[in-house]
Amino acid sequence: MLPLNATITHIIEESPLIRTFFFDHEFGDMEPGQFVMVWVRGVDEVPMGLSGKNSITVQKIGEATSKLFELKEGDSFGLRGPFGKGFTLPAKGEKVLLIAGGVGAVPLLPYAEAACAIGAEANTLIGARSSEYLLFEGRFEALGKVYISTDDGSKGVKGFAVDALRSLNLAAYDRIAVCGPERMMASVFSLLEERKVIEKTEFSLHRYFKCGIGVCGACCIDPSGLRVCKDGPVFSGVQLIGSELGKYSRDASGRRVKI
Amino acid sequence: MYTLTGLKLKNPAILAAGVLGTSGASLCRVVRVGRAGAVVTKSIGPLPKTGHPNPSMVKLDCGFLNAMGLPNPSYPDFLQELEFAKKNSDAPVIASIFGGTPSEFAEVAEGLLPAKPDAFELNVSCPHAEGYGAAIGSNPCIVEAVTAAVKDVVNVPVWVKLTPNVSDIASIGNAAESGGANAVVAINTVKGMAIDIESGYPVLGNRSGGLSGKAVKPVAVKCIYDLYTALEIPVIGVGGVSSWEDAVEMMMAGAAAVQVGSAVYDRVDIFSEISTGIEAFLKRKGYSDIKKIIGLAHEMV
Repeated sequence: MLPLNATITHIIEESPLIRTFFFDHEFGDMEPGQFVMVWVRGVDEVPMGLSGKNSITVQKIGEATSKLFELKEGDSFGLRGPFGKGFTLPAKGEKVLLIAGGVGAVPLLPYAEAACAIGAEANTLIGARSSEYLLFEGRFEALGKVYISTDDGSKGVKGFAVDALRSLNLAAYDRIAVCGPERMMASVFSLLEERKVIEKTEFSLHRYFKCGIGVCGACCIDPSGLRVCKDGPVFSGVQLIGSELGKYSRDASGRRVKI
Repeated sequence: MYTLTGLKLKNPAILAAGVLGTSGASLCRVVRVGRAGAVVTKSIGPLPKTGHPNPSMVKLDCGFLNAMGLPNPSYPDFLQELEFAKKNSDAPVIASIFGGTPSEFAEVAEGLLPAKPDAFELNVSCPHAEGYGAAIGSNPCIVEAVTAAVKDVVNVPVWVKLTPNVSDIASIGNAAESGGANAVVAINTVKGMAIDIESGYPVLGNRSGGLSGKAVKPVAVKCIYDLYTALEIPVIGVGGVSSWEDAVEMMMAGAAAVQVGSAVYDRVDIFSEISTGIEAFLKRKGYSDIKKIIGLAHEMV
């Protein structure tokens, strides 16, 4: 499909570098964890996790997102999607732990909301560099328990998300969903593997997307060859055992770059 | 088992260049899960290229429009991917290469030889990369020179992939054959463009690109038909194949095998589906051998 025209209806400043853009189109059938391709016309088109049926939450990080941050209510951008495979929804009565690192909280928020709507319990561990960067803290709190870690100790456990994770009783959870920076996910992956709970985990991966629709192969991961844009971005922990996660990714030219 | 330019294929449906061919692991998955008869890599050049800005591929009602811009890690960095594919795939792996001059083509081919590709496919047909691809492939003299330059440095089959964006594709095919090509592959994408009417911006980051998918199949069938008449060497058909019926049609036009590209959008196992469909068709129609249908349309007058 050609990009649809999304007009910005409302912007929320979530933290110094993160904004939520609400737009006038609703993806009624989106699965939590799916992404959209956001086309900042004349600049680039980049993948963004949906933070809701009609919103994206974006960290200002490169050329396209910087241009996006210049847009005001009433301005528009192009949107294609939703694409990819999202998180597996829990059953009623199940207990879910969400582990969010930084802007990785974005796809986990609609997941927590969907889980609660089903009648599952959704607790969240949020890690960020400092308290002002904690994303969606209040919204996760409204849905379940929230555990916090900050790199500088300004709130919660001082350290990384994995440090706060060590003290949680993982056996109590039926499902664990993780999204965050690659190094954070790799350390969380190691701990969850060590605790022998990898079978109940899912991770949302980030790779450079070229076509975004599963044809070009730019985002395939080793050694499975699975496409992050179509077979993912959410993968089961089992699919990622022995994978490139935490080791390297490929840049726009296809060259391997160390994480 | 099919023999194509000396390569042994279990299935006449081959993965086309530029599709799921960035990494060795992805190529292997297309063989393992998709049961492709052979796989062609992403086009590899002399230097790393990041390609055009996104959007680089959009789905239209009639097919797909893309302008990737030949993103590739360069041949020294692609060696490990090709080696992985060769080591872990039981189907032939063909290295697609590009360059700006005959000597650049030869440099890339030689550079990839240590990974032992089963054949090379020369990309002289990408419609949207300045100085590369179709810029070379629309000139018969350069096509012949490029083909000869690669033939000089390799001892495996060389296929030449042609662009339909020329007035006479047969003359380009003849040039490839004169240069020593073992087969031609037809067609690359057809020049195309889409515009976002809300903003007036062309949709592709490169503004224009190439059309693939269903819409180009009749264009491909005609090109294959003409090349089959003009050439002695095999023609490998590509362009809008998304079913076994499409593959049979291309073979009747003259294709010795087919390549499948955009159709992996719907399912990666399209290759096994095509192979099974062709087998069932041959049986139903009483054809003793697939060769009986290759070029069949030329006899029906």
